[in-house]
Amino acid sequence: MAYSDKVIDHYNNPRNVGTLDKEKKSVGTGLVGAPECGDVMRLQIEVDEETNEIKDAKFKTFGCGSAIASSSLATEWLKGKTIDEALAIDNMEIVEELALPPVKIHCSVLAEDAIKHAINDYREKNGLEPLEK
Amino acid sequence: MNLPIYLDNNATTPMDPRVLEAMMPYMTNLYGNAASRNHSFGWAAEEAVDYAREQIAKLINCSPKEIIFTSGATESDNLAIKGAFEMYASEGNHIITCKTEHKAVLDACKRVEKAGGEVTYLDPQADGRVKLEDIENAITDKTIMVSIMYANNEIGVVQDIKGISAICRKHNILCMTDAVQAVGKIPVDVQADGIDLLALSGHKIYGPKGVGALYVRRKNPRVKVTAQIDGGGHERGMRSGTLNVPGIVGLGKACQLCNDEMESETARLSGMRDKLEKELSQLEESYINGSVEHRLPHISNISFTYVEGEGLMMGVKDIAVSSGSACTSASLEPSYVLKALGLSDDLAHSSLRFGLGRFTTEEEVDYAINHVKEAVTKLREMSPLWEMFKDGIDLSTIEWEEH
Ligand SMILES: Cc1ncc(COP(=O)(O)O)c(C=O)c1O
Repeated sequence: MAYSDKVIDHYNNPRNVGTLDKEKKSVGTGLVGAPECGDVMRLQIEVDEETNEIKDAKFKTFGCGSAIASSSLATEWLKGKTIDEALAIDNMEIVEELALPPVKIHCSVLAEDAIKHAINDYREKNGLEPLEK
Repeated sequence: MNLPIYLDNNATTPMDPRVLEAMMPYMTNLYGNAASRNHSFGWAAEEAVDYAREQIAKLINCSPKEIIFTSGATESDNLAIKGAFEMYASEGNHIITCKTEHKAVLDACKRVEKAGGEVTYLDPQADGRVKLEDIENAITDKTIMVSIMYANNEIGVVQDIKGISAICRKHNILCMTDAVQAVGKIPVDVQADGIDLLALSGHKIYGPKGVGALYVRRKNPRVKVTAQIDGGGHERGMRSGTLNVPGIVGLGKACQLCNDEMESETARLSGMRDKLEKELSQLEESYINGSVEHRLPHISNISFTYVEGEGLMMGVKDIAVSSGSACTSASLEPSYVLKALGLSDDLAHSSLRFGLGRFTTEEEVDYAINHVKEAVTKLREMSPLWEMFKDGIDLSTIEWEEH
């Protein structure tokens, strides 16, 4: 299967690989997928409590090139967005941006899921109701 | 050194130029039908086919008369299994095989089940070998055949064929083996090994694609299989169809070359394979899959824990290898062979198969070593599982969000 140039670019130069301190109140962590399925994504956001803006985002992913690219792209998009804006990210936008083939759509679904989990983790830590999944 | 490097010689092999050279005349000037008995065109073709039969017979130590030409090992496996099931219907309907067989065997067995047969699919041991005891215990008074591959295509593990055939003899049942990966690579001797039916293929031994053979024993016992393709009654009635003369000539030449060069090639390939394995084993948490003692000389299957196989293959895109990870194929399940060894799904997802071959050079192996090491290290830095492992977290205690 041939990968799109954008997937290759994210794979070769992943943006924002790393780890934020998950104990911090301002950090939300989303861990989704399963090793048995061949994909695990961990996406973290750090939120500015004043502005409700995501000031940093990091990821680590175990998976194929499309999974790595989807999570790398997600961190790029998350930075500078408010929580509400982040929640509006739809997996199909990732599919379009990366030109993912149908068999790889699940990678984008996983990335969207990771965003939602990270936001929920942040909300729970800060005494807010988790959002419906 | 030219890129990309081909290290997938268990999937297929390039044709040896000497094979092509032998075939060429039979594509142009010597185009006769080997079944044409009345003119020189036919005689020339027949002579070439007979010579190829001898070359093959010499490699596996049988009589040339015991070779049935087919379109490849998939057909040979089908003919052996379905053909024996039909031929020996009056004696029984039960076949014993193993879960790590090639799909050509497994799916032929499924077909047998649909036709009212019974099939036992044995689990191999953790090293990939079938336990002889398990075979013996599975035999019933309805058993007609045991079909266990000589060597596996994903892990290269070589079965105890002599042990298996001894059990077959004792119980008076047929010993069939898919020897596609073993023939031409290690000594295979149908007499010493006690084999009754054996499948082989041209394109795994530097010969052409689309040609193969089935060895069918003619003496002690005289074995017969019911034809699966009806027509002109070629190949002693077991496989009709005008013979693929150039392909057969190529298969014969390929067998002869393997025979001539086996000893030196085995030493050269296993030397390079061992180096590759030794170097890659220096990466933490890497595991060799399958028996290292009973194995083909040119293959290595390694799991690099916490790195996903398809992602890894993308990182080494100049090196053509294959992965046990699901994402590489149309199915969602990771390699059924690795799973049958008892590997967890995540280890199966993390595996690469390296298949060295006649045209693999030391320089290419060194290139592969360096690039795989680099890619594994890079991907682990990106892997949340690797980080958890390094932090001492037991991954089996985590509740994963499966999709
Ligand atoms: C063990 C084994 N059996 C059977 C086959 C099928 O052979 P062919 O491609 O000649 O049909 C292969 C190759 O794919 C193989 O590795």
